[in-house]
Amino acid sequence: MNRDHFNVLIFDLTTGKGEYAQVDGRDQVAGGSGLAALLFTRYGQPNAPWDFPGQPLIFAIGPLTGYFPLMSKTICSFKSPYHNQYTESHGGGRSAMALRLTGLDALVLIGRSPTPCFFEVSSTHFQARDGGFLWGQDVFETGKLLRRMSKGSGHRSILRIGSAGENGAAIAGINVDTLRHFGRLGGGAAMGVKNLKAIIIHGDAILPLPNGNHYAKLFSKVHSQVTASGMMKKYHDLGTPANLKTLNDIQSLPWRNLQATADEAVDCISGERFADEALLRNSACSGCPVGCIHVGFVREKFMDSHRYLYRQVAYDYETIFSLGTMLGVTDRSAVLTILDLFEKAGMDAMSAGVALAWATEATEKGFISAQETLVPLTFGDSAGYRQAAVSFGAGANTFYRLLGQGTLKAAEVYGGKDFACVLGQEMAGYATGEVFFAAQALGFRHSHLDSGAYSYDQQHADKDVNAAVEFLLRDEASRVFMTSMVACLFARNVYTDALLSECLQSLGYDKLADTIPECGRDIQKMRWQTRVATGFQPDSITIPKRFREITTWKGPIDPQYLQSLQTDYGQAILAMAGA
Amino acid sequence: MKILTAPRMDRCIGCHSCSLACARLVHHRLSWDTAGIRIHSSGGLTTGFIAVHCLACAPPPCAEACPTGALVPRKGGGVVVKKKLCNHCGLCAAACPVEAIFIDQEGEPFVCLHCGLCVPSCPHDCLELAEVSSLRLPSPSNSTEPVS
Ligand code: SF4
Ligand code: SF4
Ligand code: SF4
Ligand code: SF4
Repeated sequence: MNRDHFNVLIFDLTTGKGEYAQVDGRDQVAGGSGLAALLFTRYGQPNAPWDFPGQPLIFAIGPLTGYFPLMSKTICSFKSPYHNQYTESHGGGRSAMALRLTGLDALVLIGRSPTPCFFEVSSTHFQARDGGFLWGQDVFETGKLLRRMSKGSGHRSILRIGSAGENGAAIAGINVDTLRHFGRLGGGAAMGVKNLKAIIIHGDAILPLPNGNHYAKLFSKVHSQVTASGMMKKYHDLGTPANLKTLNDIQSLPWRNLQATADEAVDCISGERFADEALLRNSACSGCPVGCIHVGFVREKFMDSHRYLYRQVAYDYETIFSLGTMLGVTDRSAVLTILDLFEKAGMDAMSAGVALAWATEATEKGFISAQETLVPLTFGDSAGYRQAAVSFGAGANTFYRLLGQGTLKAAEVYGGKDFACVLGQEMAGYATGEVFFAAQALGFRHSHLDSGAYSYDQQHADKDVNAAVEFLLRDEASRVFMTSMVACLFARNVYTDALLSECLQSLGYDKLADTIPECGRDIQKMRWQTRVATGFQPDSITIPKRFREITTWKGPIDPQYLQSLQTDYGQAILAMAGA
Repeated sequence: MKILTAPRMDRCIGCHSCSLACARLVHHRLSWDTAGIRIHSSGGLTTGFIAVHCLACAPPPCAEACPTGALVPRKGGGVVVKKKLCNHCGLCAAACPVEAIFIDQEGEPFVCLHCGLCVPSCPHDCLELAEVSSLRLPSPSNSTEPVS
């Protein structure tokens, strides 16, 4: 609390040795996103490839982590196997609170272990342990084994990878505490290439709190805001799956590889239907009373005479989009079953679904066949997708291994680039219009959470390029400050600058409290500079033809408007980064 | 006298709001451990959560084990901690049948005081500060269910 420096543990997996470092820069980079970028500039090698052993895998939290509700995310940053550039992925679960309770602000893992291992860290110890017996185990089995081997149930966080990460798939994620992920842009492979199967973070520190009752009062004010006001209702009620119907109604929900933007079959897999018929319970990240995690269940008959097993699968909007509407699968149980298979393999279920959607259309159009996909793929055929998910997750043949490097990589070889739904990485489920397409294609994380572009689209029928670009940059700067705290972005309406300032002040971060907008812009700039140094070139990013062929509530996509947005936003990013 | 109970743990989402509230409000710390209630997963996140907390034994075995009289039996069950008398021996924690007492690195014991400050922080109303008399019936329960 109230430290002007960061406590960082740098552990070298090659030698099995680590050291604590004090890193200056609290008032400049705050923590989280800012700290991760700072640490990459210090320990990363911008020009070496992502799988160079020296590249760091960084986990960073911020000044408010654990001290206030919903300050519950960890920033994971690395050089991405997806595009060989610097990136971030955000995850929750217990990772952020656990890291806080190690007394560290960041963990930096460098090097490559000579043999498979897992890494354990607490407030007093750290060590790499032999993990040969874990290699090849799926994500769930790995979790079970590690829970048995290490003490502290409920007071630790277990990060692990599955076969996808072990095999170097560029869409492999890192599973966090079973229900959460550092999902996107290949963190799982960045971990796997280090021979690192899992990380256990023991949160056993006991940290002091500010004197007086101001802090406790402020905490309870924030707590009641997030629990009582109804402000967060949409996240814990139906959760993000409420978007399915909303987006379908405004012709913005991608169906069958974005061949359509609305379909009346949405009623079968709407947020309401999932909540009414598949929702088992909710769960929460540590320190978050909202509990937005929706855990669904599937019952599976595995033998005659009514022998069943059941699975619990955490679902959200994005995975229902990628494995449901995008594949034309409208059976709720089937969506959850396919999702469960990708979870097991530790593959980003968003990218995996979008990739399979491309493979299905490529099959329809004759670019590929069952020779590549091992099982015929047809939109809506969930049995086929179940088999495909197993082969894809395991990297069963050349085709699936290539697809695991990204849809466009496969399309380059097999053809079908025009209908690859890729915007920097496989698209997020918002076919809201030109602004979102340009924003995801160029955005820092290629995520729908980089900026509020999808809502901008929904509010603006005009085609004012300058206004849109200006909005994207401004919105990103405020979000990057949030992700430097590190807040869950679902809390962005609660944590106004004024409230963030109060929170920072209560913990003694006076300088940060007074400079939020400037600091946000500085971190935004530094983060992009880090990215540009690793090869970001907006001109080299293409937006496939499919995105210009669709119709949203605004009418057909305007290719010229999209092009201008892409050009101007790309230039604006480079100008902002001073490149 | 009232005691802390966790009658609706089947609703628990594992948010730790309760234990963090106890650590913050009673013990003035940020910690998962220095709290009268601690939330553990009952074998992985897919099988729900359990709350470890003092069950308010009467008489309390922890107090009986304490060699210095630092734990005083509390009216209604459980104990009151006299910090100044504690010699940090840890015998109380060993004597508690439900592992309700956490001992920190200096040997200081942390146990629930049955103050109820954590109760309102639970978003799913899992916890309750309940009147002991309503919980501990003097004789085996008479069914109060109407016969239909
Ligand atoms: S601390 Fe344990 S032994 Fe002591 S009263 Fe509570 S439950 Fe009983
Ligand atoms: S640790 Fe303190 S309270 Fe516990 S038994 Fe020893 S002296 Fe008594
Ligand atoms: S009742 Fe009081 S002492 Fe017991 S766990 Fe709750 S806040 Fe802590
Ligand atoms: S506050 Fe309630 S829901 Fe959250 S961990 Fe405690 S008992 Fe469970």
